[in-house]
Amino acid sequence: MSWVGKPLERIEDETLLRGRGRFIDDLNPVPGAYHAAVVRSPYAAAHLTSIDASAALASPGVLAVVTGQQVAELTKPFHAVIDTPVAFRAAAVEEVRYAGEPVAVVVARDRYLAEDAAEMVAVEYEPAAPVLTPLDAVAAGAIVSDRSFVYGDPLGKLEEADLVVTESFTFPRWTGTPVEGFGVIADWSAADDALTVWTNFQGPFTLYMAAAAALGLPRSKLRLITPPDSGGSFGIKAAVYTYVVLMGAVSRHLGVPVRWIEDRLEHLAASAASTERVTEVTAGFTNDGKLISLGYDVVEDVGAYLRAPEPATLYRMHGSLSGAYTVQDVSARNRVVLTNRCPTGLNRGFGGPQLYFALEGTMAIAAARLGIDPVDLAHRNLVAAGEFPYTTPTGAIYDSGDYAVCLDDALATVGYAEHRRRQAAARADGRLVGIGIACVVEPSVSNMGYISLAETAQERSGGLPKSGNTEGATISMSPGGGVVVQISTTPQGQGHRTVVSQVVADQLGLEPGDIEVVSVLDTHVNAWSIASGNYSSRFSAMGVAAVQQAAEELTAAIKQIAAHELECAVLDVELRDGKAAVVGQQDAAVSLRRIAGKAHWNPEALPDGVAPGLRFTSFVSAPGLEPAASDDTIASSAVHGFVADVAVVEVDRETGAVTVLDYATTHDAGTLLNPRLVEGQVRGGFAHGAGVALMERLAYDEDGNLITASFMDYLCMTASEVPPLRSSHIETPSPFTALGAKGLGEGNTMSAPVTIANAVRDALGIERLELPLTPSRVWELIEPLS
Amino acid sequence: MIEVSVTVNGRAYEEAVAPRLLLSDFLRHTLGLTGTHVGCEHGVCGSCTVIVDDRSVRSCLMLAAQVDGAEVRTVEGLADGDELHPLQAAFRRNHALQCGFCTPGILMASVDFLERSDSPGRRQIAEMLSGHLCRCTGYEPIVESIHAVALQEGQSP
Amino acid sequence: MKPPVVDYLCPETVAEAVDLLGEHADGAKVLAGGQSLMPLLNMRFAYPTVLIDINRLEETAAIEPGDEVVVIGATVRQGDADQSRTVHAMVPLLAQALPHIGHFVTRNRGTIGGSVVHADPRGEVPLVMVTLGGRATVVSTSGTRTIEADDLFLSHYTTSIADDELLLDTIWPAPGGLWGYAFREFSQRHGDYALGMVACALRREDGVAKQATVAVGAVAGHPVVLDEVGAALVGEPIDERAAAEAGRLAAAAVDPSSDLHASARYRRHLVGLLTESALLAAWADTEREEA
Ligand code: FES
Ligand code: FES
Repeated sequence: MSWVGKPLERIEDETLLRGRGRFIDDLNPVPGAYHAAVVRSPYAAAHLTSIDASAALASPGVLAVVTGQQVAELTKPFHAVIDTPVAFRAAAVEEVRYAGEPVAVVVARDRYLAEDAAEMVAVEYEPAAPVLTPLDAVAAGAIVSDRSFVYGDPLGKLEEADLVVTESFTFPRWTGTPVEGFGVIADWSAADDALTVWTNFQGPFTLYMAAAAALGLPRSKLRLITPPDSGGSFGIKAAVYTYVVLMGAVSRHLGVPVRWIEDRLEHLAASAASTERVTEVTAGFTNDGKLISLGYDVVEDVGAYLRAPEPATLYRMHGSLSGAYTVQDVSARNRVVLTNRCPTGLNRGFGGPQLYFALEGTMAIAAARLGIDPVDLAHRNLVAAGEFPYTTPTGAIYDSGDYAVCLDDALATVGYAEHRRRQAAARADGRLVGIGIACVVEPSVSNMGYISLAETAQERSGGLPKSGNTEGATISMSPGGGVVVQISTTPQGQGHRTVVSQVVADQLGLEPGDIEVVSVLDTHVNAWSIASGNYSSRFSAMGVAAVQQAAEELTAAIKQIAAHELECAVLDVELRDGKAAVVGQQDAAVSLRRIAGKAHWNPEALPDGVAPGLRFTSFVSAPGLEPAASDDTIASSAVHGFVADVAVVEVDRETGAVTVLDYATTHDAGTLLNPRLVEGQVRGGFAHGAGVALMERLAYDEDGNLITASFMDYLCMTASEVPPLRSSHIETPSPFTALGAKGLGEGNTMSAPVTIANAVRDALGIERLELPLTPSRVWELIEPLS
Repeated sequence: MIEVSVTVNGRAYEEAVAPRLLLSDFLRHTLGLTGTHVGCEHGVCGSCTVIVDDRSVRSCLMLAAQVDGAEVRTVEGLADGDELHPLQAAFRRNHALQCGFCTPGILMASVDFLERSDSPGRRQIAEMLSGHLCRCTGYEPIVESIHAVALQEGQSP
Repeated sequence: MKPPVVDYLCPETVAEAVDLLGEHADGAKVLAGGQSLMPLLNMRFAYPTVLIDINRLEETAAIEPGDEVVVIGATVRQGDADQSRTVHAMVPLLAQALPHIGHFVTRNRGTIGGSVVHADPRGEVPLVMVTLGGRATVVSTSGTRTIEADDLFLSHYTTSIADDELLLDTIWPAPGGLWGYAFREFSQRHGDYALGMVACALRREDGVAKQATVAVGAVAGHPVVLDEVGAALVGEPIDERAAAEAGRLAAAAVDPSSDLHASARYRRHLVGLLTESALLAAWADTEREEA
C-alpha cells in the first residue's frame, strides 16, 4: 500500500482546467439532433382544457409540438413506491399539479426557434386552488402514506422523564442546484425498437429501471450513456430520469434524435428539491441529562407527485432516528403529503438535515432547559466506543467509531472553553454571541430495501424483498500492458477516477498515472447494478470495493502467468514497479507488458486455469443490509461515519445579520483514501449546509409560483459569505468495507444547518427558529426582546 | 445575418450570425469552444466569463454580433502549450475544482482581475469571486489559489 | 433562455444612433453594457424589435472634469468610473457607491448610463444622482435637453427619457466648500441588490451642517430625497444624538413593502440604521476635508 491515503492531485484536473471537459451540452453523439423546449404550466393547480399548437407549428424551424397526451400514448405512468391517487407522467395530460410541470414539447432546429414556438403554444387552463404547505396538505387530506413505528416503550419512558421537550421544527425546501443543469439527448431507433439516451444522470439505477418501465422498454431496449463529465449534482440529477422518458417518447413519436438542455429557470422551478419537513418532537430527559424517550411526528412534503425514489428522504435515516445517542425507546409517525409544488428528490444530506435539525435542536433546547452545557449533555448520551458494532433501536448497525473523542477533538479545534469565556465577556458588553454544537451520525451506502418501510410488513410480504447495495467494476489489461478500469459510480466532480487509480496502482505495483479510469457509464457496456450511481456517499465504500475486487482478480491472473514464466510458486510473486517479481530476488522478474502480451498474443502458453484476455468484472454487495424486518427494523445503511461540529456566531443586534465567527468540524469517516479529496467534500458539504442555515430556500407565492425563480433570488452562497471552517479527522476504520473507508460528502450538510441554528438559539435565548436565518427574520426575533 | 470577424485565442474567424445569437452560444456551438460554460444565462453564475478586448465579461450577456473586430480569450487559450497558466496550476495544486463546471469562468475572471489589481488580499479576491457560483468546493481553495498566484506575481520583478 | 428575435444595429456616432432611434422609436431598445437588458431578453421579459448597440460610440465614452461638475459619458463602464481619479476626487459619493454595483466582471461591462436608464429602484447610481442633484443630457432628432435627477426617475424601471431619446451623459455636481459624503447599503450577499440603501451629502460651515441631503433607495419605486430629514439637520452639528434622531425621522418617512427577502418593518428599520450611520460618516468626512 503506497498510493491510497496520499493527498494526490487529481487526474481529472488537467482536462477540466484546459476547458476540455466533456459535459452533456458539449456532446454531439448523433448527427442532426433537433432541439427541444418544454412548454410548462404557469399554474400550480389547474385543469388543462385544450392545447392549440397551430401558431407554434407555423413558426420558423419547428418540426413538431408533442403534447402530454401524445407522450402518454407512448408511455406509462411512473411506478411509485406507494400507490397514490394521482398518476405521475412525464408530461401532464388533463391535470397540472405544479407550476413548471411539462405540458408539451416543442421540437425545432435550434433552441432559439424552439423557445419562440414554445411561447406560441396556446394552452387553456381552469385554475384551481393549490395546496402549498405540509400542514395545509394534511388539512386537505392529501396524505399518501401514514405509518407509525414504535421501538421499545417511548410512552412509558416519557412518564419517567423529568423534562419533556415538545417542539416543532420546520426544515425548508431548498436545492443543491448544481451549476450545470439537466441534459438529455434521446435517439429512438425504429429499426430495432430501442432508445439510446445520453444524459448526465447520477443514479441510482433503480431510476433507470423506472424510466425504462415508463417507456415500456424494460428489457435492454433502453441504453443510457453518461457523458465523461458532469457539472455537479448533489443528488438533484437523479431526477433527470423523468426527462429521459419525456425526450425518449418525443424522439420515438417523431422518429428523430432530440436534444434538451435545461435552462436555469426550468431547473429551479421544475427539477427537484429537498422535502419540506415539519417535525414535532416529544423527547423525555432525566434531570441528569439522559435522553430516555424520543418521539417524532413527521409531515413530509414530497411535492406534486410521489416521484421515485420518494418517500426515500423520510426513510433513508430510519436506522438512525436515535442519532448518535443510546436512547432505546423511540417512536415515529411518518405522514407523507402531496402539495402543488415541484416534486422532491435527492439532495445532499438526503433526510439528514431534516432529521438532525429536529433531533439536535431538541438536544440544544433540553440542555438550556436543564441548565447543562450542551457538550455535557451530548457526552451523557453518546454511544460509547466500546459498544461498536452498535445496533440502534430502529435497526441500523453502527460499524465503528469513537464519538466522544471526535466531539472532544472538534471542541479542542475550536477552543471551546476559550470561546465560552469570550462569550461571557461579549454578553456582558451586550453583544449577542452564541455557541452551538451538533453530533451527527452520517450513514453511507444505502440499503436498497429501506424504502419498503413506507409499506407495512404485511404489504411488503407480497413483493420481492429488497436488500443490499451492489456495485460492479471492470478492469482490463491491454495487449500492450495498459490498464483500463471502468466504474459505474457516475461521478459528478468527486474525483472517483483519481481514487480508483490510487487503489489499482497499489494492487498492481504501478503508478496512478499508469491507470486509465473511465467513468462514462454505458448501461450496455459497464458492469452496473440497481444500486449503481453516485449517491448516499457510497463510492469510497462500494465503488472502491468493486474495483478492489476486480483488481485482485487481475492480480491473481498476472501472478499465475508470472509464476509460470519465472518457474516459481504463485505465492512468491509480487507486483512492483511495473513488474512481476520473485519476492526477495532482484533479477527474477518479468514485465507486466510481457505478461499482457502473452495473455493476448500467445494464449497457448498460458498456464492452466488462466483464461486469455485479462479482463475481469467484479460485483460486490455491502454486508449486513437485510430487507426490512417484520418488526420494522432496518439496517438502512451499511456504514456510519460521525461528525461533530461546533459553531460560534454573533448576531448583529441592529441588522439581524448572523456572522459565523468560528466553525470547527471533526469527522470520523474511517480510512481516508485521499485526504485532499476528503477536504474538498467536507468544504463543499459545509457550504451547502451553511447555505440553507443562512440564505438558501425555495419560496413560493400564494398561487404556488416559485419566487426564488432565478439566481437573483435563490441565494447561493458566494466566496464572500461562506463561513470560515476548520476541519480535522480521526480514523476508526470500518470493519465492513474493503479499505475501511466510509462516506463523508454529506455529513456537514446534515450538521451545519442545526449547528448554526443552535448557536443562534444560544445567542438569542430563543428556542423556535426558522431556516434560513435571514437578517430580516432574525431581527424580527430580537426586536421584541430589546 | 450579421458578418462577424473575430480573433479568438489568437485565431481569426469569420462567421455569419443571427443578430440574437449569444456570444456564449457562438463560442460553444458555432466555434466549438465548449470550455466556456453556461450555467444561468442571466449573468449571475459567472461560468460563461471570457475576456473580450482585455476585459472579463459575461458571454451570456453579449451578442456574438458585438465582438466583431474584437479579440476574445477563452479558457482554451490560457495554457501555453504543455504549460498550464499559473492559475490553472494553482487550482490543481489546491484542489480548487471538483466538477470543473464553474472553473473556466472563474479562471478567466481571475486572469483579468490579477492583471489589473495590485497585490490583492483574500478579502478583495473573495469580493471578486462573489460574481461566481461554485457549488462544489466551498470556495476556500479557489481563494487560496488566486491568492497564491497574486503573491507570486507580487514577488516577480 | 434565449433572446427573442430582434434586429441589431450598431451605429458609430451619436448622430447615427439618434437617427436610428428616431426611426425605430417604438420597438427599439438601446443596448449599452447589457447587464440588465440582456437578462431581460434571455428571460423573455422584454421584446424589443431592434437593439441599438451604443458600445461603439466614442462621444459617450469619456469622463470629463468641468467647473464644479464632472460629466460622465453614458457608455463609461462602471468599473472604469470606479478606477477614475477624477470620479474619486470630485464625486466621492459616486466613488463610494460604485463598488456595490454587481461584481467585478459585470462592472467591466455595465455602464453608468445603463444604470441610470434602467432605473432600478435598488440601483446605486440613481440614488447617488438624486442625492447630489445630478442631471442627465439626452438627445433626439429634435434636439438636446437636460433632465434634473429629481424629474428623471419616475417609478420602477421608468424614467422621463422618451423612447426616441438617447442618454448622452450624466452630469455630477462637484461643488466647492466643506462637503462630506457617505453611502451605505445592506445586502444579504456581496454584490446583491440592497435591502436598504442610504446616501447623504452634508456641507459644513462653522461647525454646523449648512446643507444636508439624505436620500434612500430600495424602499419605493424610485430613489427618494427625504427633505424633512435634511431640513431638520441644517444648523446642527451632526453628533450621535442628531444622527439617531435623523434615523428615526427617516424610518418614519419611508413606506417600504414586504417581500421575499425582508419584511416592511425590517426595511424601515434598516433605513433608520443606515441613515444614522451614513450621517456620522459623512460628518466625519467633512472633518477630513477640513484637515
Ligand atoms: S451563464 Fe453567464 S453568468 Fe451564468
Ligand atoms: S467545481 Fe463544481 S461548481 Fe465549481
